[in-house]
Amino acid sequence: MSKILIRGAKVLGGEPQDVLIDGEIIAQVGAGLSDEDALVVEADGKVLLPGLVDLHTHLREPGREDSETVLTGTRAAASGGYTAVFAMANTFPVADTAGVVEQVYRLGQEHGYCDVQPIGAVTVGLEGKKLAELGAMHESAAGVTVFSDDGKCVDDAVMMRRALEYVKAFGGVVAQHAQEPRLTEGAQMNEGVVSAELGLGGWPAVAEESIIARDVLLAEHVGSRVHICHLSTAGSVEIVRWAKSRGIDVTAEVTPHHLLLTDELVRTYNPVYKVNPPLRTERDVLALREALADGTIDIVATDHAPHPHEDKDCEWGAAAMGMVGLETALSVVQETMVTTGLLDWAGVADRMSFKPAKIGRAAGHGRPVSAGEPANLTLVDTAYRGSVDPAGFASRSRNTPYEGRELPGRVTHTWLRGKATLVDGKLT
Amino acid sequence: MQRHLISAADLTRDDAVLILDTAEEMARVADRPIKKLPTLRGRTIVNLFFEDSTRTRISFEAAEKRLSADVINFTAKGSSVSKGESLKDTAQTLEAMGVDAVVIRHGASGAPYRLATSGWIDAAVINAGDGTHQHPTQALLDAFTMRRRLVGRDAGLGQDLSGRRITIVGDVLHSRVARSNVDLLHTLGAEVTLVAPPTLVPVGVETWPCEVSYDLDSTLAKSDAVMMLRVQRERMNAAFFPTEREYSRRYGLDGDRMARMPEHAIVMHPGPMVRGMEITAEVADSDRCTVVEQVANGVSIRMAVLYLLLGGNEPAVAHARTPEEK
Repeated sequence: MSKILIRGAKVLGGEPQDVLIDGEIIAQVGAGLSDEDALVVEADGKVLLPGLVDLHTHLREPGREDSETVLTGTRAAASGGYTAVFAMANTFPVADTAGVVEQVYRLGQEHGYCDVQPIGAVTVGLEGKKLAELGAMHESAAGVTVFSDDGKCVDDAVMMRRALEYVKAFGGVVAQHAQEPRLTEGAQMNEGVVSAELGLGGWPAVAEESIIARDVLLAEHVGSRVHICHLSTAGSVEIVRWAKSRGIDVTAEVTPHHLLLTDELVRTYNPVYKVNPPLRTERDVLALREALADGTIDIVATDHAPHPHEDKDCEWGAAAMGMVGLETALSVVQETMVTTGLLDWAGVADRMSFKPAKIGRAAGHGRPVSAGEPANLTLVDTAYRGSVDPAGFASRSRNTPYEGRELPGRVTHTWLRGKATLVDGKLT
Repeated sequence: MQRHLISAADLTRDDAVLILDTAEEMARVADRPIKKLPTLRGRTIVNLFFEDSTRTRISFEAAEKRLSADVINFTAKGSSVSKGESLKDTAQTLEAMGVDAVVIRHGASGAPYRLATSGWIDAAVINAGDGTHQHPTQALLDAFTMRRRLVGRDAGLGQDLSGRRITIVGDVLHSRVARSNVDLLHTLGAEVTLVAPPTLVPVGVETWPCEVSYDLDSTLAKSDAVMMLRVQRERMNAAFFPTEREYSRRYGLDGDRMARMPEHAIVMHPGPMVRGMEITAEVADSDRCTVVEQVANGVSIRMAVLYLLLGGNEPAVAHARTPEEK
């Protein structure tokens, strides 16, 4: 049976409608569609969204399969309602050649839970010294369009300029991890009142903001487009807002955790809250929410960063940076943006599917829920409320800051080109 | 009920005064021919030092032995403990051996808090210095020294440091001594002024219960005690200040500056001193300088803390923070 009828779903949060999937595409959207020959999914007023797209995921394969693999990471993605993820390049070996990106791409296709679009490194080995073969990665089977040294900043201004210029040849984008390295030596947490008290090395907001300011000016100068990864401060928002008002081709992402959590949590010294960029202040959190609502920040990206238990069950200073996020992202966005009235579900679809797909040029994703489009869809029970239990995660790692925290919303179904990857909350 | 000493900020005024008063009693033991009490007989205490500090370790060891505890010294020096697991593994090994208390020194801020709250062990945890965070027994011995000198050995019993003006000078940014002292001295009613070049004052200091000044000379005349902090020479290479000589000229304590302090005012230093850098030999060797007393008082204070945590009837030190965020 290749037909699926999703009955009574609030498409993008609108009036309940029926959606008929036939094979890999959406055949019809409308009221009272016939269920003949179709497997019926009663949606009961659940919200139907285009399959989510994550522009910033760490899948760890190759090299750190103890943290995550393409298989476990894409299963986590499907659980969270994603149909496409962009896999960051900081693997071992680094994804800086056509060979590595093709391997990652192919694994995603073989497993079939979620399309995996590899991100290529900007520089060889993420070392910031020599441009990686950006063109070869673009021309490979993986068709890389997004390049990033994420985890490290392309801090050399000339290197950044060259990368921005070079990718123009094939419509690529450089995604910058904005972190001035000298200003963040020994950094453990946001620099401010809490770091002063706890005696932890400070990661000042200006270390992010100064790089963003430089890079938007470089993008303007060479006429290229730049994407800012995990923007985290109120000051960064102001710079991006200014840049956009000036017509600079800049886009920016915010992580779910930066929309919800603050550096006050570091007082527990629990490394589950250790992340880069660090959790900031309440003022920053509110500015980020506003900016996501008004479009200054274009998208939500998870920065899903799995780590094994032993890398977090230790003292703060020794712990790895990062949090898993694929399986909780939509819930956190509902909590921080929808429940607060800042975004409606159409807005969520825009920030978590349409725009990330557009920035990453992910063909077939981030498309409208209408007839003739690829059936990449996510069904969300928005009335659900429950506490987060990492034991149920599909991700190989459990480093979530939300353990035991009550959050709204639950993805019940995910379809990748008409094939269910998640049914009633269970992976297929 | 948890019974740890992690941060000077966790102590109430009454807790702190009780520790100081108890330390006076403990100090009398040192005057006896046999410097030993049977109080902690049968208790096992581990000195778990992930970072070198012979002075602090010996001070704790002396305190533990004077209270008749069984002492195990664990020095995890060097790079074998660069990975975090070893703190947990080491702690659990010690727990399995039936340890009652762990005195921990660690290079990472928060390591003692993590040890006390992560569920790895049940033993009492005493912070003997963590990263650039806290060193609560140092603050207690400093307060003890001030109370003795400024109020009096017997007159001080039951008293705090209300109205005393204390100036702390030097590398506040990297100093757990400064953080601990600001917290404790404020709790005890003293007025604290931090003096340092702006590069060595942490961003966020404005919420601390103290004043901040960049000018040492203007604070000297109104100080009852001036505490000099050690300045590590490597700070110079990291551009915190231009040269050693310039630092000394602006923030060093020499005879001329000492002469501008009130007659009764004392000079303190947590040691080890860098003579000629933050303090001149003339000042270090003067009878207003309490460095040697501070060392002796350290043993009394640590005896008092161990006694109250492990042997006393009433817990004097209760951990005040919530173990985990709700």
